[in-house]
Amino acid sequence: MDQLFVHIDQAIIHWAQAVLPDWMAVIVAMKIPIVAIAIFGPVTMMYLTLIERKLLARIQNRFGPNRVGKFGLLQPLADGVKMLTKEDIVPEKADKIAHLLAPILIVIPALLVFAVLPFGRNMIAVDLNIGVLFFLAMSGTTTLFIFTAAWASHNKFSLLGGMRSVAQMISYEIPFVLSVVPVLVVVGSFSTVAIVEAQPGLHWFVFTPWGAVGFFIFFICAVAEVNRTPFDLPEAESELVAGFHTEYSGMKFALFYMAEFMNVFTVSALVATVFLGGWQGPILPSWVWFLLKTYTLILIMMWFRGTFPRLRADQLMGFAWKFLLELTFVNIIVAAIWYEMRSPLNHLTAAAILIVTIIVLFQFNKTEIPKKRIYKYAYAD
Amino acid sequence: MFGIGVLKGMAVTFKNFVESYYKKERLTTIEYPEKRLAEKERFRNFPFLIFDEKPEDPRCVACDICAKECPPQCITIVRAQDAQGKPLKKPATFDIDYSICMNCGVCEEVCPFDAIFMDHEFELAEYGRFEDLNYTIDRLLKPKEHFMKIRPTDATRIEAELKKKENAKKAAAEKAAAAAKAKAEAAKTQASQVPDTKPETKPNEPAQPADPPAEAK
Repeated sequence: MDQLFVHIDQAIIHWAQAVLPDWMAVIVAMKIPIVAIAIFGPVTMMYLTLIERKLLARIQNRFGPNRVGKFGLLQPLADGVKMLTKEDIVPEKADKIAHLLAPILIVIPALLVFAVLPFGRNMIAVDLNIGVLFFLAMSGTTTLFIFTAAWASHNKFSLLGGMRSVAQMISYEIPFVLSVVPVLVVVGSFSTVAIVEAQPGLHWFVFTPWGAVGFFIFFICAVAEVNRTPFDLPEAESELVAGFHTEYSGMKFALFYMAEFMNVFTVSALVATVFLGGWQGPILPSWVWFLLKTYTLILIMMWFRGTFPRLRADQLMGFAWKFLLELTFVNIIVAAIWYEMRSPLNHLTAAAILIVTIIVLFQFNKTEIPKKRIYKYAYAD
Repeated sequence: MFGIGVLKGMAVTFKNFVESYYKKERLTTIEYPEKRLAEKERFRNFPFLIFDEKPEDPRCVACDICAKECPPQCITIVRAQDAQGKPLKKPATFDIDYSICMNCGVCEEVCPFDAIFMDHEFELAEYGRFEDLNYTIDRLLKPKEHFMKIRPTDATRIEAELKKKENAKKAAAEKAAAAAKAKAEAAKTQASQVPDTKPETKPNEPAQPADPPAEAK
């Protein structure tokens, strides 16, 4: 059961070797993971939209989509048909080429990052030795295409959304990347497979003090990275109409949506890989563990969406620069200390340093509430 | 402490999420085509014409008052005529165009013969824009029992009033008949003098509407 998909993969390759000429068999062997990802990505995205709508509906005491198919299970297909048949409107003054390219290109990094995710034991498309770096670099490019779309639309709301997206990305990319560094320090490799193998059984990094803090930072930055509530300033409905995709309709809009949801999946998968032990776990098959962790994180993201209002721009920036960044720096040092010391003592030291840091940071970040003014002479007898 | 509010908010949404699965008062949605709310008696939507025994004799006497009063002018009435061209007290055509009707209920209020009432019907969507939405008399006519079923309070009151009116009419007619008979007898007893004029008949009959039959608009 654990190696189910690996066996299927091998069976197809064996069949290809028996039936097809050698050069074609090689191509088939190369294409299998690509095809698997190209199917898995969009299908995941389609059903994530359904899950999100159902979950938000339940949070708001509604039913959610339940008309198309049993439990609304065919809703994504209906949405797809609707999106495909809608009129494609391009604003008159838009930069036509960029307007067309942005939604197409935004899907590419979202699909590429699937390649370095270890879905289970031996279930990885490419075991890159710079896997995490590749992931971070690729998911970072999304902002470029968001900005392209915003610029090409020739719409002030789009442009504002795009600029906010860039600002947000610059702020959150730094703690996002730096919060992985402790893991890299401890594991000594960028490869996602090596990171997962360094957390055998239940020895996940999240159970260490620096891992817990790292997980917290990494997850929050991941939410910010994929522009989801409460960090969805680039597409703030109440302020910017729809942000960077205001001027998009039909399938182009659907592609933005697809990229967003695939990013949600991949980013949650990366968080699970780096801090929650990826496919490691007892009893259940490895890929079940992986999907379980990933979907838990996705559901938490949706839960955030159902709960929190949007942050103000200055709160967003302040949180990244004044709290998360310092904490990540301290976290790197703590991880190094933890790694060098012996077992019971290292946990205590690391926890102590981190708790002190967090308290100090809270103290520094306290919002100053001005004292109530007393008008000395106003009420004089 | 910082962060408690965040957790509190998440607890609230989680409670809503979980309780929506088993608590009735959380999930108040009624899934309409399968389940329906009980109809309120005082709900009024589209008018219908009432008939007492046979759909061939509706209560409507084609007086054209409702068509004149109708604010958006959606009612068209043509009075029926007999073979000699004499107008009858019933409509030949009675059309209500639902694409114009605004469900105000003025027709019910102005009708002096209690012949038109507001219905509970609300699923009136049709495929065609013109002919399908034009409700002709055969689609509008509904029996007295239907009215009694959907609006029992109003129906009992109106029926009682009608009955009272009818009894009064009958009594008056009897009285008139008795008077006429007495007069005739009196005339007879007064031997053969000048032959009397005809006895008057039915003094209480409602006046014939003065206007000619409404032309089709």
